[in-house]
Amino acid sequence: MIMAKAKPIEEIIDEIKEFKRILIAGCNGCVTVCEAGGMKEVEVLASALRMYFKKAGQDMEIGEISLTRQCDKEYIKELRDGIGKYDAVVSLACGAGVQFLAEMYETKPILPGVDTCFIGVTEEPGVWTERCAACGECMLASTGGICPIARCSKRMANGPCGGSSDGKCEVNKEIACGWQLIYDRLKALGQLDRFEKPVSPKNWKTSRDGGPRKIIREVSRQ
Amino acid sequence: MSTTTPSKLQKILAAGHFGVTTECGPPRSCDGGVVEEKAKHVAGHVDAINVTDNQTAVVRMCSLASCIRLRIMGLEPVLQMVTRDRNRIGLQSDLLGAASFGINNVLCLTGDHQSFGDHPEAANVFDLDSTQLIQTVKMMRDEAKLLSGAELKTCPQMFIGAAENPFADPFDVRVSRLAKKVAAGAQFIQTQCIYNLDKFKKWMQGIVDRGLHEKVHILAGFTPMKGVGMAKYMKNRVPGMDVPDDIIKRLQGVPKEKQSDEGINICIEHIQELKEVKGVAGFHIMAIEWEEKVPEIVERAGLYPRPKVD
Repeated sequence: MIMAKAKPIEEIIDEIKEFKRILIAGCNGCVTVCEAGGMKEVEVLASALRMYFKKAGQDMEIGEISLTRQCDKEYIKELRDGIGKYDAVVSLACGAGVQFLAEMYETKPILPGVDTCFIGVTEEPGVWTERCAACGECMLASTGGICPIARCSKRMANGPCGGSSDGKCEVNKEIACGWQLIYDRLKALGQLDRFEKPVSPKNWKTSRDGGPRKIIREVSRQ
Repeated sequence: MSTTTPSKLQKILAAGHFGVTTECGPPRSCDGGVVEEKAKHVAGHVDAINVTDNQTAVVRMCSLASCIRLRIMGLEPVLQMVTRDRNRIGLQSDLLGAASFGINNVLCLTGDHQSFGDHPEAANVFDLDSTQLIQTVKMMRDEAKLLSGAELKTCPQMFIGAAENPFADPFDVRVSRLAKKVAAGAQFIQTQCIYNLDKFKKWMQGIVDRGLHEKVHILAGFTPMKGVGMAKYMKNRVPGMDVPDDIIKRLQGVPKEKQSDEGINICIEHIQELKEVKGVAGFHIMAIEWEEKVPEIVERAGLYPRPKVD
């Protein structure tokens, strides 16, 4: 799922200090799982902001809500009746949710409350790590199910580079060498022969390099 | 090794001589004279001079312009190209430009990650990796085509090189990875600096066992130590570097003012030892900001005079 982390509260205060009535809108999707933007985080942020503005002697009304998802019009519509009484909305959804809210409520400032980081997994409680770069053309079948685009710092198709040491990446000892993982896995699968065949240059047209992307499924269109 | 190019380095290696190359790092300035001065120190003692491409991700004068300067001096440059900073459009364009100046050697590298350099906040490219750059040069040269399939009226005549680090992990993969680069089209290899001879020999045995040394010329890489400080830095701070404690102890065993001489002695002894190792086709001497020492190393290692080829 999409992973995000809370923005520093100072940054949020700076974004909203010109307003008097703010709605904090969470999302019950991905950002709830990574504990950055669900109902719990809405409550925590709202109470921290109330304390700050009270101490600062500034009137600030803060509303709280969390939508099922902010990437679907059906759920965003739920704000239609209530949003009018707020000057602006701080969305704790990923960047997609923030933008979709802004598209639907054209005259309302929609501000991001989280930094959207990557597509990843919950590795252990409280630890989320990246797995997918959404390149649009999955090569996991040939790399033992471990993605070199997302997990090699140089996104090498023919790694590991000369900086791999004790299973760690040259960039940072906290990062596992993606190609060490691929090698270990191919070895376990008895597929090391795949490792010796040069992988030709990738087509990045399906990735961000091709411009903003779209998927159309005709059968689902009304 | 099949395709013959006008490269002098290729001719020397093909004739069965030990090849000798060195490395010249361009300056962080637009003073082209710096490159020329470095090259003058080594010109008569090596077969070709590598010019690094923003090494360690620090901005320097570009490798291509520096190589052109060497070519104009009548020297034999090896154009180093990393895939970190340019996509396939930029890389192929620079290859055509290099070939237009009679630059006939290229070393295909992925490059250090930009987090090591002076612009760690930069975006990286990595459209291709080193193996794919090898494939690209080979396609341009042997099929007269760009990666797009578009035809080239004249092709870059490049002797294709790659790097390999026998000391990086996983060790088991290092021979396979070389095989992969050879399959992609690499004709010569310049290795990472060697200090751990036992490990290098073990790697080389793996190369020889598979007959890869008959398909690619392997130039063993050396960087002489200037002192204990450099040795410790290389051991602890440079990714993928294997500096045994014996080297550090030996440098510590001589007075500080003699440590650089001892570093040169170690380098020469190691070259002489590896001359006897099957599969070693030559030496790549990377005397970092110490180019003036290269002639002494080459002479004392018994690699001088350099052979003449047509």
